[in-house]
Amino acid sequence: MLNHLTISELTAKLAQREVSAREATQACLDQIARVDGQIHAFLSYDVADALAQADAADKILAAGGSDSHRPLLGVPIAVKDVLAVKNQPLNCASKILGNFVSPYDATAIQKLKAAGAIIFGRLNMDEFAMGSSTENSAFFTTRNPWDITRIPGGSSGGSAAAVAAQECIASLGSDTGGSIRQPAALCGCVGLKPTYGRISRYGLVAFASSLDQIGPFTKDVRDAATLLSAMSGVDPRDSTSVPQPVPDYTKALTGDIRGLKLGLPKEYMIGGLDAEVKASVDAAVKKFQELGAEIVEISLPHTDYAVATYYIIATAEASANLARFDGIRYCARVDGADPIELYSKTRGAGFGPEVKRRIILGTYVLSSGYYDAYYLRAQKVRTLIRNDFLKAFEKCDAIVTPTTPTAAFKAGEKSDDPLQMYLSDIFTISCNLAGIPGVSVPCGFTNSPKLPIGLQILGQPFGEETLLQIAHAYEQATPWHREKAPC
Amino acid sequence: MATGDLDVKYVAHLARLALTPDEEKKLGAQLGHILGYIEKLRELDVTNVEPTAHAVPMVNVTRADEIRPSLPHDDALRNAPKKAGGLFVVPKIVE
Repeated sequence: MLNHLTISELTAKLAQREVSAREATQACLDQIARVDGQIHAFLSYDVADALAQADAADKILAAGGSDSHRPLLGVPIAVKDVLAVKNQPLNCASKILGNFVSPYDATAIQKLKAAGAIIFGRLNMDEFAMGSSTENSAFFTTRNPWDITRIPGGSSGGSAAAVAAQECIASLGSDTGGSIRQPAALCGCVGLKPTYGRISRYGLVAFASSLDQIGPFTKDVRDAATLLSAMSGVDPRDSTSVPQPVPDYTKALTGDIRGLKLGLPKEYMIGGLDAEVKASVDAAVKKFQELGAEIVEISLPHTDYAVATYYIIATAEASANLARFDGIRYCARVDGADPIELYSKTRGAGFGPEVKRRIILGTYVLSSGYYDAYYLRAQKVRTLIRNDFLKAFEKCDAIVTPTTPTAAFKAGEKSDDPLQMYLSDIFTISCNLAGIPGVSVPCGFTNSPKLPIGLQILGQPFGEETLLQIAHAYEQATPWHREKAPC
Repeated sequence: MATGDLDVKYVAHLARLALTPDEEKKLGAQLGHILGYIEKLRELDVTNVEPTAHAVPMVNVTRADEIRPSLPHDDALRNAPKKAGGLFVVPKIVE
């Protein structure tokens, strides 16, 4: 059952030489062999490579390798199929990349490797991170470990399902409009989207460059803090990474949140919010009060415009970013009589329906005659949305909301209606537009069927210490994170 | 900001994206629906509001102008669909 351990539990046992990294890695691989035929979290994984990394970690441990220099030594971590890991495949769950193999490591991966982590597996996702259910993967849909007739959320659905199904100790995902927090909520794990610029995006395949961030999926808040400390920091290879000092985020987990002010946005108690989700969030708010936090009502008046703003900005940026997939330097090329025909045919054959939809929408809102009406206007509304948050943070230290309006929906339920799917991201999207950090932690379950519910906490720019302090205090005062998916 | 005039065929050409007639039809209907929703941004008065391109604006990010190792030639060509003589092979551009 080593695969059930958290990072802090496993590293303690490894340091005591109670268990080996090979045993821990094998336990994850055994669990994958046992359950992934039903869950479908992994697109691929290399058993020999994972075990070779584990053996290398065991050698360092046997030689008395110090834990403080390599805080993740021997910890198996799986990766969303959007991050470059040297010599591993990278497909973004798309057909267009063909047999692409990464020639280098993403900076976040490089840092985790330097910290001793075992980096293994390619986790399923919506194609190019566009979607909220993994149903847009070109390969297959991942299933929710709590109920395999339901989706795990998305776009990092494989990352959330793999952690919830105990197929890895932790995983990485990316979040452009909620793609970490939403699947974490629907699968019952912790998912953290850091402040824009906190973690280098070098080696993260770009979807919407002004919104994308890498972040961890973990079994508890402490592990999220550990991974955030390991991955953060300015990087000369990403000029949008921010030169802020990187603290040891685990030091912020004091368990004490007395006197902190938590804001409740009145605009988030909308119609369409499921009654059980609302009840769980209300109960969480009471718990915060018991823990000594002060609850204040706040207003984020432009909330209702966030989804529309997001789908202009994100698709505009995506249409430009995805221009590189043209069949020249990489991709499964489809030949044409001239370069233009080659590009069009390659892209027409390689991209799936949702990616095409967003490229067309993004190209349209940037095209001559429409730029001012759509893109420029959306950028201005983005300013209003960001100002809402900055103003709210004058009254509170963090903001508490549901992560999603409902628990996990059934596979197929929303896949024919793109707008309905987009609207399910209503609570998570503003955070990316404002560039602030957000975390989802388990806060209860629906009754029948039993499905996880997520609580979202949003923090001030570079306020991850306070954010994690609050999330950790709540987690330790409640039983939810100890519940395990039935698979 | 009319929604009826999204010419999918023309935009797909701009995006270098070959679509089947079925895809064009389906996308046209779906995008009309999505653009209809996006119309709500017109309700807001954005006079004198500065646009936000990046949430954490940073300007003039520079690095020292010095020679550093870069991706080795073979690694850069590793995923090329067609290559020859250490180069990417592309269709003829100039007659």
